[in-house]
Amino acid sequence: MAAENLTPSSYIAHHLTNLTVTVGEGGFWAVNVDTIIMSWVLGLVSLGGIWLVARGATAEVPGRLQSFVEMFFEFVDNTVRDVFPGSRAFLGPLALTIFVWVFMMNLMDLVPIDWVATVSGGLGAPHWKAVPSTDLNTTFAMSFSVFFLIIFFSFKAKGVGGFLHEMFTAPFGSNPALWIPNFALNVIELLAKPVSLGMRLFGNMYAGELIFMLLGLLGTIASLSLGGALAGGASGILTWAWAVFHILIILLQAFIFMVLSVVYVAMAHEHH
Amino acid sequence: MNINATLFVQALSFAFLIWFAVKFIWPPLNRAIDDRNKRIADGLAAAEKGKVALVEAERRGDASLKEARERASAVLADSEKRAAQIIEEARVAAKAEADRIIAGAREQIASEAAKARTALREQVASLAVAGAEKILRREVDAKAHADMLAQLKSQL
Repeated sequence: MAAENLTPSSYIAHHLTNLTVTVGEGGFWAVNVDTIIMSWVLGLVSLGGIWLVARGATAEVPGRLQSFVEMFFEFVDNTVRDVFPGSRAFLGPLALTIFVWVFMMNLMDLVPIDWVATVSGGLGAPHWKAVPSTDLNTTFAMSFSVFFLIIFFSFKAKGVGGFLHEMFTAPFGSNPALWIPNFALNVIELLAKPVSLGMRLFGNMYAGELIFMLLGLLGTIASLSLGGALAGGASGILTWAWAVFHILIILLQAFIFMVLSVVYVAMAHEHH
Repeated sequence: MNINATLFVQALSFAFLIWFAVKFIWPPLNRAIDDRNKRIADGLAAAEKGKVALVEAERRGDASLKEARERASAVLADSEKRAAQIIEEARVAAKAEADRIIAGAREQIASEAAKARTALREQVASLAVAGAEKILRREVDAKAHADMLAQLKSQL
């Protein structure tokens, strides 16, 4: 990133662009390498670390590490228990995966973007977005996976026929004249779940990242003008304040994604 | 910010992570915590049972102490009674023995006296014969007067 070319729009555009490699004919057939590598590394570190502890977990007095992991486990377990009364053998680990992975990806938002740009630039990558959850591909991949789980568990709980029956007869009634409105409403309701789930996480993270960039821009002004020194100080303070606030947001978004996923899947078990 | 094939890669990554968590993370943690909860519950139950057993044991201990004390005093009273009885029996036996000895002594005395009397009688008879011999000297024939002497002897 050459300093002489730096304009606010190029700064922001630079930080918001993924490192993309086309596969096949391009267009849709491209992958964001930075998103994939970051999410893999984060998933490996977090869930792999938990696995290492879980592997040696005993019923004896737990060590510090085991207690730490059990804290997450019990938090997730209790949250799922509150929402879903049935077996947690699948829903529990699903919620744990979502919470830990989303949290780790969101956590990358707190790494200063200019450090990331410096390191990736030094390694020869023109762009590098460190936060996988600011990539719509990641959030939609997760939310639509949840969507398919909803469909799957609906089928499992009600059968394909029962599910389709419900699609056409709830919520208004089974009169044939109401089939179309029922179906339209149900499709919207069903699709609204993954879309809102993915968009919420993406929007929050993306906006948070954007605000970091704007505050960082404020800092760059400091080097351009005399009065900008003040702006530089303000940039530092505000960035710090926003980062502190952002700790809350990344945790909250991970929690919301987890709880809503569990709620949606639990709702799929219910009959109307 | 376009949707592209990353979507599928991320969906597969997500599926892999879920599978991994279902298979390898959740069960051991769940088992460890369940086992510990059960152990704690068992421990609490055992403590409760122990407390009850302690109270019971204390109660039983008190009861057996009381019983032992009662038995000891009963044994004491018994032995006192028995001792008195033994003394009484001994006294009776001693008295009987003493009476027996006294009676024996008396009998012996009586027989000795009879024996002495008999001997005395013999001696008096011979003395009388000797005296009569001395008086009569010549004419007395022991054989001729033996009947008269025996008669005399029985009258003494």
